[in-house]
Amino acid sequence: MAGGKMSTPLARVRGLGAAKSGTEHFWRQRLTAVANVPLTIAFVVILVSLLGRNHAAAAQVLGSPLVAIIMLLFIASITTHMRIGMQVVIEDYIHDEPMRLILLMGNTFFSLAVALASAYGILKLSFGVFGV
Amino acid sequence: MAETKAPVERPLSPHLTIYRWPLPMAMSIAHRITGSGLYFGTLLVAWWLIAAAAGPNPYSNVAAFMSSFFGRLILFGYTWALLHHMLGGIRHLIWDTGHGFSASEREWLSLATAVGSVSLTLILWVFGYLVMGGSH
Repeated sequence: MAGGKMSTPLARVRGLGAAKSGTEHFWRQRLTAVANVPLTIAFVVILVSLLGRNHAAAAQVLGSPLVAIIMLLFIASITTHMRIGMQVVIEDYIHDEPMRLILLMGNTFFSLAVALASAYGILKLSFGVFGV
Repeated sequence: MAETKAPVERPLSPHLTIYRWPLPMAMSIAHRITGSGLYFGTLLVAWWLIAAAAGPNPYSNVAAFMSSFFGRLILFGYTWALLHHMLGGIRHLIWDTGHGFSASEREWLSLATAVGSVSLTLILWVFGYLVMGGSH
């Protein structure tokens, strides 16, 4: 009843509905889905180009500015996307309230940990490349 | 009162286990499963990047695992999951525009997701092995 007579004019203007966050997750999931397509293709190209190469080659490629920026965008986009996606899966299948809350928290922790760990690796490589 | 008649033999709704899965339904389930797989698979990406930042020895551990049979199996599955989820995602983006909802289009898009993801995975791996073979 977001726009019905039961809601206040303010609530109608905000248009957030019962979930309190409106279509924010819906939109962000589509936005990152679109971004994921070229970024994932770029990631696969980078990965394949490093197959069988040694550490020095991998460190140099991953630390070069263009590759590092693409990898950072890739990590930011996929971890945002996967966090929302897993949240939907948890909300669909886990009906026990405490367990659902624990898993939703764990979902955020996991996604952020993967994002920051990956970003740390990329940044260390790209900032360190002139130091070695 | 009227006599109770024997119930007429009517066709029963098929049980879930013998119900033929429509292709779009199977692809929808596969989209969730591949998404969940990719979710945990990001640990491998993070491991790879951290190892590259940590130095030659940690990196060679990742490389050794990835070139083992088990590692190759995981990577192959990960490649397919990635491509399947990507093609399925593009299908969903098409649907988001309000197009592709007719029965024949649904079937066609679902079939394209399945066939496309398997063939692209095979093409990518054949190409990957050729690249690797060239650089060794």
